[in-house]
Amino acid sequence: MAIRERLSGNEAVAYAIKQINPDVMPAFPITPSTEIPQYVANYIANGEIDTEFIHVESEHSAMSATIGASAAGARAITATSSCGMALMWEELYVAASNRLPIVLALVNRALSGPININADHSDSMGARDTGWIQIYAESNQEVYDNFIQAFPIAEDKRVHLPVMVCQDGFITSHGVENILLAEDIEVQKFVGGYEPEHYLLNASEKMAIGPYAVSNYYMETKRAQRQAMVNAREVILEVAARFEKMTGRKYSFFEEYQMEDAEYAVVIIGSAAGTCKAAIDEIRSTTGKKVGLIKIRVFRPFPEEEIAKALSKVKAVAIMDRSEMFAATSGPLGAEVRAALYQARMAPEVVNYFYGLGGRDITVSDFKTVYRNLETIAKTHIVTDMYEYIGLRREQKEV
Amino acid sequence: MKDTIEIRWHGRGGQGAKTAALLLADVAFKTGKYVQGFPEYGPERMGAPITAYNRISNKAITVHSNIYEPDYVVVVDESLLDSIDVTKGLNPEGAVIINSMRSKEEIEKHLHGYTGAVYTVNAKEISIKALGKNYPNSPMLAATVAVSKVMEREEFLTEMKASFQHKFAKKPEVIDGNMMALELAFEQANQNRAQ
Repeated sequence: MAIRERLSGNEAVAYAIKQINPDVMPAFPITPSTEIPQYVANYIANGEIDTEFIHVESEHSAMSATIGASAAGARAITATSSCGMALMWEELYVAASNRLPIVLALVNRALSGPININADHSDSMGARDTGWIQIYAESNQEVYDNFIQAFPIAEDKRVHLPVMVCQDGFITSHGVENILLAEDIEVQKFVGGYEPEHYLLNASEKMAIGPYAVSNYYMETKRAQRQAMVNAREVILEVAARFEKMTGRKYSFFEEYQMEDAEYAVVIIGSAAGTCKAAIDEIRSTTGKKVGLIKIRVFRPFPEEEIAKALSKVKAVAIMDRSEMFAATSGPLGAEVRAALYQARMAPEVVNYFYGLGGRDITVSDFKTVYRNLETIAKTHIVTDMYEYIGLRREQKEV
Repeated sequence: MKDTIEIRWHGRGGQGAKTAALLLADVAFKTGKYVQGFPEYGPERMGAPITAYNRISNKAITVHSNIYEPDYVVVVDESLLDSIDVTKGLNPEGAVIINSMRSKEEIEKHLHGYTGAVYTVNAKEISIKALGKNYPNSPMLAATVAVSKVMEREEFLTEMKASFQHKFAKKPEVIDGNMMALELAFEQANQNRAQ
């Protein structure tokens, strides 16, 4: 029986950690993820779980200790945000290339500068090439559900990759919402005990983890890593199917909302998808216009073919990025979705908007404007303001 | 009642406006509603203006933006009236609830022509009477429930008592005072309505 609760996103993740009772959690506090290790430390102090909490002096050490614990054969996790993850940079690559099934609770926050504590995806998008699986959430419910699914994905023998479970800083991490929790026993059965295949503390199998690889060997490790990411696709879907059996909640690479007959679509990641859904409901009920949404859940591996298929009938698409990559063209999501459309030989009208940087709010009314723009573009086939910033204090045209 | 009631809280860091918003989400949740309670964070420091929000609904809530057209506005610190247009976007069918010892007429002059209902609650006096200290957030929470009618009085008081019993498990002596603060504020808001 599901438990009806109201929790913030950080509380939900901490609760999932309590239910899973991982072996080791090294962590260093940084806003807005600080509450996660704080709540976990409380659970440990109260004797509710026996996770070994390691106090470290920096995020670089937090990820290093997580890697060490995972390599030794422990189920290891950590949590961070923004500059904290930036300081883990080098270690993120090490975790992925050593094929360690670590789970990182990332509370998305803008990178400096200017210094800002609020939500955008510049931290995780910057880390999109590190070799981590990335799963994003719209709501507290989703971040809880994703966190539980992360371990069976990471630890699957076909995968063996670390997973970043992302949620939007403050918007979901500090917002209290209704949530349905699974019972402890159900979660424990779902996640299962951790039985590492190869690990350092196994006396009967002597091995090295993370040694030097000369040019004659390095490239093969990358090819193997790529295969693991390819394999992750089927594993993510299998785990989602198992999760649906447990909870009734359905997950895939992305959610399609009102896409069946949609002519105008938004592609977006994270909490703003919920606001977009409210705009869709309003537009459909007042005007009957066929508007829809694709909410990306899994960004790594990227579901290229599936997204192209989901967009195959639309007239115009707005791909919305919550981070810049300063290509002076697309944002990270914009580039990926366009590549997917090109590969499928599809050419709906496309715009790539930037929104919500450093926590700038995006409203139902903003999304209504986006859909109006799409309608105009589809009719005129003239795309103006291809890379518009939504919600600037003062409009600024690209020159 | 509309499907979704939206409330915006204005206070200063350290006064408990955020806590009050989270408490309101908590009690509304317990009466079976869908809720949101969330703060808007700037550079946090004691005394800086802060905003917090509530959505309370009979249906699941997906919107994740701040609230620009609230049904109710609660002002925990009246000194904010000079620097912030607290009734901006406020539904004229709704109300603004202000912690003040001044009269409604005097307060109205600072509300930029807001035409809806105005309630003043002397939360400081109530808090000092009930608790011996100035904790304005509990009285303002009770007044908000009284004015917005998001739940019944008895339902609210019962749930709050349970919350306090949990929160103050190690200091049970403060529970009665907190309950008294809620009841006094509820009464004062209702008297305001009658006038």
